[in-house]
Amino acid sequence: MSFIHVWRCFNGVIKREFLRFLNQKGRFFGALVRPLVWLFIFAAGFRSVLGVSIIPPYETYILYEEYITPGLLGMILLFNGMQSSLSMVYDREVGSMRILLTTPLPRWILLCCRLFASVVIALFQCAVFLIIAYLWDIQPPAIGYLSVLPAIFLGGIMLGALGLLLSSFIKQLENFAGIMNFVIFPMYFASSALYPLWKIEDVSPWLFKLCSWNPFTYVVELIRFSLYGQFSTKALIIVMVCAIIFMFLAIMGYDPKRNGNTKMKKV
Amino acid sequence: MAISIRDVCFSYGDGTAQKRVLDKVNLTVEVGSFKVLMGINGAGKSTLFSLLSYLFACNQGQIRIFGEDINKRPMSALQHLGIVFQQQTLEPGLSVLQNLQYYAALQGLSKVHAKRRIEELLALVSLSEQAKQTVVKLSGGQKRRVELARALLHSPRLLLMDEATTGLDVHSRYNFIATIRQLCSQHNVSVLWATHLVDEVLGDDPVAILHQGRILADSRANTIIKTQDCNSIQAAFLKITGQPDQAKARMSLSQTLERHGLKDTTNR
Repeated sequence: MSFIHVWRCFNGVIKREFLRFLNQKGRFFGALVRPLVWLFIFAAGFRSVLGVSIIPPYETYILYEEYITPGLLGMILLFNGMQSSLSMVYDREVGSMRILLTTPLPRWILLCCRLFASVVIALFQCAVFLIIAYLWDIQPPAIGYLSVLPAIFLGGIMLGALGLLLSSFIKQLENFAGIMNFVIFPMYFASSALYPLWKIEDVSPWLFKLCSWNPFTYVVELIRFSLYGQFSTKALIIVMVCAIIFMFLAIMGYDPKRNGNTKMKKV
Repeated sequence: MAISIRDVCFSYGDGTAQKRVLDKVNLTVEVGSFKVLMGINGAGKSTLFSLLSYLFACNQGQIRIFGEDINKRPMSALQHLGIVFQQQTLEPGLSVLQNLQYYAALQGLSKVHAKRRIEELLALVSLSEQAKQTVVKLSGGQKRRVELARALLHSPRLLLMDEATTGLDVHSRYNFIATIRQLCSQHNVSVLWATHLVDEVLGDDPVAILHQGRILADSRANTIIKTQDCNSIQAAFLKITGQPDQAKARMSLSQTLERHGLKDTTNR
């Protein structure tokens, strides 16, 4: 194994993911329409109902649209992570996954290449979303557009690794819809994406605890702070630790020594 | 030896749900030879190929590819392999060229090297004009040829062909096998050819017969015919597998389906 081999493999996987992405234009628009509907319709409707007081990183009262923008970026990453794992399950069913897994490189590198490729696609989607949000008067400081990129990348890695982990457990494509409902919706709604945690604590202490344990909350908070040129150490540590744990478990899930022995699964 | 398999056992599942698929399999493939692995559907051929390509690791026994133990040094072993799986593994939405470029990148080939190899191999499989065509628009035979070109991109020393003629018409099948045999004789590429179609076997081919996870015979086709006192490899195969009626019926069904370009999915 040489660095140049890994680099060429990484480039090849990214290029393939990008070509697939371009071939699936519906996927691109679908990924954008979802957060835009929330921004244009849901947030506009709830603006008058939900007032958001001054909480860090905001220095003044903000409109609800502004509050949920980091959550919607998180939504793009969450759906992209799950979409990526869906495509892993699909690849396994149609057999093209075999081509990747029989490459003479360590399996963890192959999985990381695949994960990074999906995050690069998500970064592109997030950038387009931020441009549209800017035109909708969601205008964070200019530095925020730069500092949010590593936060989006790290959040994407964590959620992509979670998707990868889930795909190692899913035997067939049909089982995937259930997993989506059990993972995406609870993760998204039980987080700080749509409402600040202190508001949730006022209403329901147990829900507050649930939201505090949800790693997606910290992806959203990491993005929220970095979008305003600030830094949340707690969110960064939690996201990094979760990313490492999910990735480690996903690599275990794709270990050839486990694949055949512990379950009947097509690889 | 290109392949050396010693006492390999493999089971799917856990505990009570465990199903043994391979039982003390011993097999060798000499460098530059075209070895046929014969067995009806469900015999364990694809599982053996999954172990050879390290999709699974074997429970017991040892697999060496050009001397490299696949469980201990998988990357060194895998770099010698070119594989055509039973199931088609091309990306349908991408062009032939894009599929080959993707694989070249996975194998770590430089752009210049990959370009040269792709041109050579597309010419070899007579698909140069289809390079920019989307895979989904190709016929079954053309897809198989693209998969062969892909398997050869990194100049492997060993080809694993898992029922690679599945779904091909008689003409495409003949041309496909002829190309592989030519590679074997002219370029010293070793081939392990899994099939359930007896007409793909020639008289002096080394043949191993796999049945219910066990190797029941391993010799030249002519020798197997002689020792079984039969007049064809088909008759010898049916005799060895010990289920003449059932096996004959299944082989007949498979071959009829193959002739019509269909796939026998029974007992998978």
